[in-house]
Amino acid sequence: MTKRKVTVAATGLNNIDSPGPGIPVIRGLKESESLDVRIIGLSYETLEPGIYMEDLVDKVYQLPLPTAGSSVLKERLRYIASQEKIDVLIPNFDAELHNFIKIQDDLKKELNIATFLPSQVIFDERQKSELGKFGEKYGVKVPESQMINQVMEIRKLEERLHYPMVIKGRYYDAYIAQTYEQATNFFYKVVAKWGYPVIVQEFVTGTEVNVTAIGDGKGTCIGAVAMRKLYITDKGKAWSGISLEDDELLEISKKVIENSKWRGGCELEFIKTKNDEYYLLEMNPRFPAWVYLANGCGQNHPEALVKMALGEEVQPFTEYQSGKMFIRYSYDLIVDIAEFQKISTTGEK
Amino acid sequence: MKVRKNIAISENGFIFNPLTGDSFSVNETGVFILQKLKEEETIEAILQSLMDEYELDTYTAEKDLNDFLSMLKSYQLITND
Repeated sequence: MTKRKVTVAATGLNNIDSPGPGIPVIRGLKESESLDVRIIGLSYETLEPGIYMEDLVDKVYQLPLPTAGSSVLKERLRYIASQEKIDVLIPNFDAELHNFIKIQDDLKKELNIATFLPSQVIFDERQKSELGKFGEKYGVKVPESQMINQVMEIRKLEERLHYPMVIKGRYYDAYIAQTYEQATNFFYKVVAKWGYPVIVQEFVTGTEVNVTAIGDGKGTCIGAVAMRKLYITDKGKAWSGISLEDDELLEISKKVIENSKWRGGCELEFIKTKNDEYYLLEMNPRFPAWVYLANGCGQNHPEALVKMALGEEVQPFTEYQSGKMFIRYSYDLIVDIAEFQKISTTGEK
Repeated sequence: MKVRKNIAISENGFIFNPLTGDSFSVNETGVFILQKLKEEETIEAILQSLMDEYELDTYTAEKDLNDFLSMLKSYQLITND
């Protein structure tokens, strides 16, 4: 079968100990049976390992940091589009998604670059701080949580949430506090890094199980694969995991994707309690870094996303293999300083 | 008592539970009991087979079998129905 040539740009090339999903997404695309994919890597920092993975990434352009805003990003993409004919762009970072969602229509109209992202409304609905409402609206159990702006408010919450309680940053980081003293320490730590508000959440005990999923934006879940982490790094990232056969978990996940009409890839993080209840802890608005496991189990989610972005109808995956494991490893690339110089001085390589 | 749906048991005693992702290793006796459970034999029949196969007295066989069954239960590998 002749493969169709497609050019896809992807961010998240930081394949480090706390990896971005870019490289796993690219691996999925490179293994597509129907697409011949040229990859344009989009980087933020000059030492993102993906920049130097020449067998996976064909060309790299640096992007302005998300804090620069959407118009600077659009300007940069206009330049990149003048050099490369990009068919689809897959952003893989939480922090950059807001900008990409904002300019997604312009990208399509002006530069003919397709994306496959949720609307701003749905994107905002699943924010950590809105999880309670999200759970209620889409019929999924979530731990009780409260947003606070003052450390004093922890005292008031003690009666309702008890210890241990979880202190979370608005975008990232979560700490389990056993005492008021610990909770206040974590509060300040989180504020220093992520600002206000801080989320105080009920601590639900059980086993963490995660689902990588993809929705078509019209109420169909195109694919979902469940995984349990087997080895976790000190940053809480999965270094090894195994695919599960858990019908109830998949049903709940599909319900969330379908009811919310989620468009694009996402990761659902759950706690399964001893009584076999599932609590949604978070919905991450992009593929997880372990998305390549889905490909290994028989569901190539990145390929499905590209096809949908190009306007094709994609049939939902109906099954996958359980008992497939991923085991991460670290690897040293030897790179000449000239390569580093190229990306550092010209912003492309 | 029944082995839960889809639990994989290999001949060399490796058990995989696809619902939880847990895996275990059991010895030859463990495999013997699990195979009997998979074949839906009654506990009484398994006890008798255990006594015959390993030349055990009723007290020892019963104690070991019950210990093993409660362990399987705690790891969600078997159910009561």
